[in-house]
Parts: sequence; C-alpha cells; structure tokens
Amino acid sequence: MERSLFGFIFRYSKREQLMIVPLVVASMLIYFATLDLPKAIINEAIQGRRFPSPDATVAFLKIHFALPAFLGGETLRLFDGFALHQLPYLFALTIAFLSLIVVNGGIKFQINTMKGWMGERMLRRLRYALFDHILRFPLARFRRVKSAELATMVKDEVEPLGGFVGESMITPLFLSGEALTAMFFIMFQHVYLGLIALGVVVTQAVIVPRLRRRLLALAKQRQLGARQLAGRIAEVADGAAEVHAHDTSNYERAEISARLGRIFRIRFEFFQRKFLIKFLNNFLSQVAPFLFYSIGGYLVVVGRLDIGTLVAVIAAYKDLPSPIKELIDWDQQRLDVQIKYTQVIEQFTVEDLAPAQLHEPIAAPQLPQSGRLRASNLTLAGEAGTKLIDGVSFEVDLDQHVAILGSHAAGAAELTQMLSRLVLPSSGSLEVGGVDMIKAPEAVTGRALAYVGPAAYLFPVSVRDNLLYGLKHFPRREASYEGAQLREQEFQMREAKRTDSTLLDYNAEWIDYLAAGAAGPEEMEQRIVEVLQTVELEETIFELGLRSAVDAAQHPGLAENALRARAAVRTRLAAPDMQGLVEQFDAGRYNRNATLAENLLFGTPLGKLFDIDNLAHNDYMRRVLQETGLTEDLLKTGHKLAETMVELFSGLPPGHEFFERFSFIRQDDLPEVKAVLGRAADAGLERIGEAERDLLLALPFKMISARHRLGLIDEAFEERILAARRYFAERLPAALKPAVEFFDATRYNGAATLQDNILFGKVATGQAQASARIGALLHDVLEELKLRPHVVSIGLGYQVGVGGARLSSSDRQKVAIARALLKRPAVLVLDQAAANLDAGSQNRIVTSILEARKGRCVFWALQRNDLAERFGHTLVLERGRVAEQGRFEELKARGGALQKLLSAG
Amino acid sequence: MSLEQEFELIRRVPIFSTTDPAMQKLLCFSSDRLTYAEGQVMFRAGDPPDSAYIVMEGEVDITVPTPKGPLLVNTLGRNDVIGEIGIFGDVPRTATAAARTRVEVLRISRDVFVNVIRGNPDAAIALIRILADRLAKTTAQLRRMAAESR
Repeated sequence: MERSLFGFIFRYSKREQLMIVPLVVASMLIYFATLDLPKAIINEAIQGRRFPSPDATVAFLKIHFALPAFLGGETLRLFDGFALHQLPYLFALTIAFLSLIVVNGGIKFQINTMKGWMGERMLRRLRYALFDHILRFPLARFRRVKSAELATMVKDEVEPLGGFVGESMITPLFLSGEALTAMFFIMFQHVYLGLIALGVVVTQAVIVPRLRRRLLALAKQRQLGARQLAGRIAEVADGAAEVHAHDTSNYERAEISARLGRIFRIRFEFFQRKFLIKFLNNFLSQVAPFLFYSIGGYLVVVGRLDIGTLVAVIAAYKDLPSPIKELIDWDQQRLDVQIKYTQVIEQFTVEDLAPAQLHEPIAAPQLPQSGRLRASNLTLAGEAGTKLIDGVSFEVDLDQHVAILGSHAAGAAELTQMLSRLVLPSSGSLEVGGVDMIKAPEAVTGRALAYVGPAAYLFPVSVRDNLLYGLKHFPRREASYEGAQLREQEFQMREAKRTDSTLLDYNAEWIDYLAAGAAGPEEMEQRIVEVLQTVELEETIFELGLRSAVDAAQHPGLAENALRARAAVRTRLAAPDMQGLVEQFDAGRYNRNATLAENLLFGTPLGKLFDIDNLAHNDYMRRVLQETGLTEDLLKTGHKLAETMVELFSGLPPGHEFFERFSFIRQDDLPEVKAVLGRAADAGLERIGEAERDLLLALPFKMISARHRLGLIDEAFEERILAARRYFAERLPAALKPAVEFFDATRYNGAATLQDNILFGKVATGQAQASARIGALLHDVLEELKLRPHVVSIGLGYQVGVGGARLSSSDRQKVAIARALLKRPAVLVLDQAAANLDAGSQNRIVTSILEARKGRCVFWALQRNDLAERFGHTLVLERGRVAEQGRFEELKARGGALQKLLSAG
Repeated sequence: MSLEQEFELIRRVPIFSTTDPAMQKLLCFSSDRLTYAEGQVMFRAGDPPDSAYIVMEGEVDITVPTPKGPLLVNTLGRNDVIGEIGIFGDVPRTATAAARTRVEVLRISRDVFVNVIRGNPDAAIALIRILADRLAKTTAQLRRMAAESR
C-alpha cells in the first residue's frame, strides 16, 4: 500500500482528477465574466454612457476579431450583433449576467458530482484493500490486534479520507483559481485598491494558519489527554479491590485530579486561541471594505475612478475571503487526514503478509488424493526465540489415523496448526501426496486439509449455511440476471473493476457439491444428515426442527405432512393408555390446559397486536368482551383472583422468588392491587375508576384452569367464553385478520411451532410424565410417516446466533467437526476438537468419526490418552519434539515417553 | 378438583398442619396435581430427588431393591407424604415408589418445600419429629432383625 496519502491519491485517481481540470478552468473564465459584467451594466446601460442620445443604439453580442498585422490587420466580422436601445440593452445585459451565473452553477454541479464519485471510488478501493490485508494477515497477528479496532479503522477512520480525496487536488485548484481571478480582477480595475486587497489577504493567509497550527497541536493533546484519562479510569475500576486493600483511593483521586487539571489547561488555551482567531479574522475582513469605501470613495469623488468600477471591486472583494478561508480549512483537513491515513497504514503494514498469489481464486486446483504425508524437520520459532516445534519429522500413509499425544505445551496445538497450514513453519517441509503444502496456494490447502480447533467459530447464519461454509471456494455457477438487475450487475462489475476489487460474483452459486460427494442440493441434504449422525448431532437438529415455527410456503409439502402427522398423533392419543395426555384444540370446547387468553383468541397471535400480554388492552377484544357481556364476568374473576393473590403472597418477604414463579401480580404492583381491592370494598366493584377496572380485567387472561386449580371458571362461564370466541372470529375486521392465525384442525398454522402444529393442543398438566411420553410419541409418528428427514431439514435452518451462541458449546464443536467432515479433505486435522464433550460422547464420536474416515487421513491431538488406542499410529510429543511414534500398544509396552505420559495422569 | 380441596387436605398433613393458612394455600397453589395410572412408577431408587409428594387418593407401594429382588417396605395412602427425606439429604432416592392403584398426588418441588421449611420453624420441628420417629422405627427394626439372625 502507498505510504503517503498523496501518493495513494495520485496513483489511483490521476486520470479522474485531470478530467476535472478543464471544467475548473471554464468555471474560472465564466466567473471572471460575471465579475466584469456588472461594471458594464452600471456604466454603460444604467448610467447610459454609450447612449448619448435617446435614439442611439448599441450592438449586442457583436463578434468581431481584430486580426493581427501579419494577417492583414483587418477586423474579422463574424456577427454584427443586435442593435438595441438603452433599456432593452440593460435587460439584455442583466439576462446575460443571469445566464452566466446559471451556467457556472451547472459547471460547479458537474465538478462536485465528479468529485463525489471519485472520492467514493477511492474510499471503496481503500476499504477493500484494507480488508484484503486483514485476510492476508498471519494468524499470530490477530492475537495482537483487537478485532474491534480493525473494524473501526476500516469503517470509521478511513471514512473522512473518502471525502478528502475528492477535495485533495480539485479544491485547492478551484479555490485558488477563484481567489486569483478575483484578485486579478481587482488589480485590473485599479492597482491601489488591488494592493489593499492583496495586503489584507496575505495577512490573513499568513497569520491565521500559523495561529491555527498551534490550535491543531492543542486539539491533538486534548484528544490524547482524554484517551489517557479514560484509560486511567478503566485501570482504577479494574483494580478497585487493590485500591481499597491498600488505602490508595486518595492517591488515585490526586492523580485523576492532576490529569483533569492538565486537560483543563489545554482546553482553556484552546478556546482562548479559537476566539482570538475568530476576532482577528472578522476584523481583517471588515478592514478592507472600510479602506475601499474611504479610499475608493475619495477616488470616485475626485473623478479618478468611476462608480461602476468601485461597485465591481467591492463585489469582487466580497468573494475573496471565503475561498481564502476555505483554502486554510482545506490545508487543515489535509494535515488531519494525512495523520489518520499514516496511522491506519501503519497498523496494516505487516512484514509477513501472505502474498496475494496465495489467495488466487482457482476453479479446480490439482488436489492430492493418495500417497504419503511427509513432514520433515518442521520447526516453529516462538516470539521469544524459543522453538515451539523443534525438528519434527514423520511419514504416514494418507489412509492412516494418527493420534497426537503430549503433555500441556508439548506443541500439539502448534503442530496441528502447521499440519493444516494455518501457521507456516519457520523451516522444514510438509508434503501431502506429492504436493508441497508450504508453497501451495490456499485453494489447495483449504480443500485438501481441514482443521477443527478446541473452540471453533461458527458464523451467525443457519446450521446448514455453517456446514456448507467449507465448500465455498469458487463460484460454481454464474447467477443469471435480467433487465434492470442485469444493468445493475453490469454497473457493479464495472465499478469493481475500476477499484481493483474482486470480480467474483457473491450471488453466484458457490457451493461445491461435488467436493462433498453430492450431485446436487438433494443429495447434499443426505450427506449432511450422514455427517450429523457421525457427530451425534442429528437428534439435536431434529428437536430444533420440531421447535421451529416455519412458513409453509418455503417448505413445499410441509403443510400436508404436518397435517398427516397431526391425524396420526390424534389416532394414537385415542389409545387407552394415552388418553388425556394432550387436550387438543376444539372450536366448540374450552381448553382447560390453555390460558384464558388463548381460549378467547383461539389462535396464534402474529405480531404484537393480539399478543397474550396485550390482549386484554386491545380495543377490538374489549369491544367483543363488552358486546358478549363478558366484561363483568372477567372483572369479577379478576377481583377474586386479586384477592387470592393478595392473600397468598402478602405474607412473603420482599424479593421472594415465589413472586417471579407463581404470582399473577408482580411484587411491586401488590400494594397498588391491595389499594384497588380496598376501594372496591368501600365503593363496590362498579364504582372504581377506569384504570383500576383495566387492571382487574387483565388479571385472569393468563389463568390456566387445569394448572392453577383456582376454580374460578365454571362451565357456564366457559360457555360464555366460547360465545365470545365465536363472536371475535366472525366479526374480526379485515384489517386485523393478518394479526391472528386461528386454530383450525384442517389447516397448517405458520405462526406456531411444528410440534404445536402436530399436537394441535396442549400437553395436559396433571398427567404424570406427560411431556416425556408425548415426546416419544412424536418421534414414533414422524419416523413412521418418514417425516424425520423433513424435520431435520427444517432444523438445519436454525440460526445459530453470534459466534454460535444459540447452540451449546458441545453442539458448536459438533457443527464444526461436521463442517470439516462434509468437505471430505485428504487430511482431517483435529486439535482437541471433542474435548469439551462428556466422556461417553467422546468415546462414541471418536469411534464414529474414525469409522467415517476409514481409508482417509486423520490427525487428532487428544486430551485423553486412552482414546489413542483407536488410532493406527501415535505420535508422542515432548517439548516440541517427537519423543516416540508407533502403535499405541507397542509404545505402551515399551516403557518410554508414552509410559511416562500415562503414569503422569 | 380445586385448590380448596387440596387446602383441606394439606391442613391434615402433620408437617404442614401448624403453618399459617396463607402459607398452606400458597403451598397448594405452587404445587402440581398429578395423576398416576395403576402400576406407574413415580420415582426409582437412584433417581435424583427433585420433589416430595402428598397422596390425595389411592395407594403407593414403597419398595427397596435387594439382591433378591424388590422388597416391599411400606404402603402409603391418603395424607401420607412421600420422598420428603431425600429432599434434605443430597443423596439419590433410596427406594422406589409406584402406584398400587390409580393415584392422585400433590407434587411439591424441592425448592418450594425447602422454602416453606426455612420460613416456618413449626414445620421444621414437625419434620424433625417425623424423622426422629422414623429413625426410632428403623432402629427397632434393625434390632429385631439382628436378634432374629442371631
């Protein structure tokens, strides 16, 4: 990357900058004309100097050229112009004046647009180049830079650079051109006046920046001081225990106070200077008009200057300070941006940056398939000059399974990273199936080798996309575009080319199905299920699928399948031993295992409108309650419920966990409810206020008859709720229809989870072990209907969250291992990849992975030595060297390094 | 089948009979009412103890696993409490409980039970009395068995 900002700007935007120059020159010429024209308007048209008699005319737009003497010295008459009287002449000149201003505005508009494009292109180029550098950083670099800092640099810190690039060359050219034109014009009109203007401008241009430089230095100090202050405060907060343990709080107070004092001093000087400069600037700007009016006026009075010239000079001078001021601003911006650029570039200048060829996109590189893996003399020097890996050599066939054992810090982590070419060895060679892996491009290493570390990273996309991530090396099939999309795509490609960005299309199909051994998406799904089974993740994904609410439109056949499963579940539930486990939804019956709200709505709310928490306050629901006469019932029920709650929970100490778990009323609200009950007792339930009624009315909505057993809803009440349910559905306004998906035995409900869709009811409380039995029933039914793959496929759409946080840590590792298995690498390298699983799962998974990789190479750095029995070959590391290698049993019997390791525990 | 009914029941259970009525009601409210079919196992020896049960209806067999097969040690009925000891000792269930008939119970989860005992000294004393009583019975049984085997 270019070391200096202007080097960067010049190298990549020279052509575009030059294209703007003619426009700037044209703009200057027109600007000069707009300065000159008012003089002609005042002197010739208004004062009528060229109209000695009322009938006199003047030729407007006359185009005559006086030919030089060697061409005959004649006048070339191209156009004799229009003959105009005084008034028409005045209007003609003023209209010409307006036209010039409009034309100049147009040119400026064009210049600004071009500047903007140029700046944005350069910003895009810079950001892309920086990101490219990040991708080429050696892994060790990421331990030293904070990822947030990298992101801020690419996102925020270079942002002003983009704006400045547009200004970098054109602005000084334009502004100085403007200032010079005005200056030249004034000089041309009158030398003395010109000298006055020049004097003022030079004073401004010399003094102000000088004063400002100091201001800039102060601003930097201020920023530094503030940053250090923040750092100190964080230090004190982190070390708060030490501060109190050693009674140094007053020492810290004094330290911070001293810092604040220094910052105060800096800020004080800063503001003083700032206002001083403002004062000087204003003063100088006002002095010049004073001189013009006094001296220029004197000259007009004595007849040595005409009034038109004076007015033109004053107008020209009025335009002078602003370009000068902007130039000064520009200079300051330049300093500022240059510092920023240098700082960012310093951060991104890394000595051992991977060469660009290493990341060259290659469609189908030659991959090693069979043969041997030869590591010879692999050595890795640590940061302190120690050798983390020291002359490691070994050779295995590419169908071998190799366990790597060693105590902590024996070098297993470094060795596995070298074997997967994530870390380059300081010396030595690594050859896989005849291919030199040290020099091979990533297109080879990233496909032939796979690595899973002890805490693998998942991207915040779906499980499926995480699994397929290892197959996206090169676009396999171009995306097709039409019409407007095609034009947009062409535009994007043109711009990408202009800024040296990649021309690979993100929207193309990137998944390499063949590499995973699948012909297309359907077969890929089978392959995914296979690897999920290998790592024991299939059941988890199946459960996730059951718990997902999915749109039937996106999964063809889902709705019918769910309904088939629903029918099958219904039949099974009718069996004598299953009766009563689920209370299914029935439009004609009150569901005692559902909340009162669910019974009223009889559907799944979509969005907030009919949300269970809001339902009691929804206008339409309230109207329904009112018109079906339920309001009074609910009010009375709410009143009784409130009484019960107050009775049950009043005796509990504040903050008791029972409130959270069992109460309908939050502890904070309890006094208010008590007060409401008191007023109801005094005045009667009918006479309490609106807000109080609302409060009581909303209480019973979350009540579940079967669970809460409060006996507040008798059968007659249930009937009335059913009537309200019907009323609600029948009269639901069209506008509210999208807010609820009604329970319908014959329809799939896209707002409910798959499991709820299949059960179509509530698991009954009060039936022992109901949940477990229902879970087993669901498994059976889905297996029988052959719907399990479909549910798994839905589960694969589960979003794993940032860093995979929505999965457990062991499931994250399983996904990472599955991702590595799916791409079928020649060598699979695992570094304690299953170490966070429980012992039983580890045993099973190691076995099943080795089974799945039969005949293909595996290297596995193990935490548990006993697992090495299952591998054909074992490497025992000791302080970065191979202490011994061979079959596990033989090594165990030999009494060497392995024996020592085993007896150490 | 309402809270009132359970409330009536819990008042007659010795551990809770002395606690104040609001607490008794709260206990009912925060418990689950469960039905077990005949022969269904409520918990097995070795399970982690997560709750205690009060029998409301039906009979429950308590068996201890022995090398010679399960040994019936007790049959409990209405108003009896099952599994309250396990809650306070951090040991797995020592016996298996299974429904002899159709059984209805009130299941009190471990933390709710602990909470009630912690807040009510009378209940704690009642509990200690039950434990002492049971210990005495077990000791007597042991003495008898020792005498028999001699």
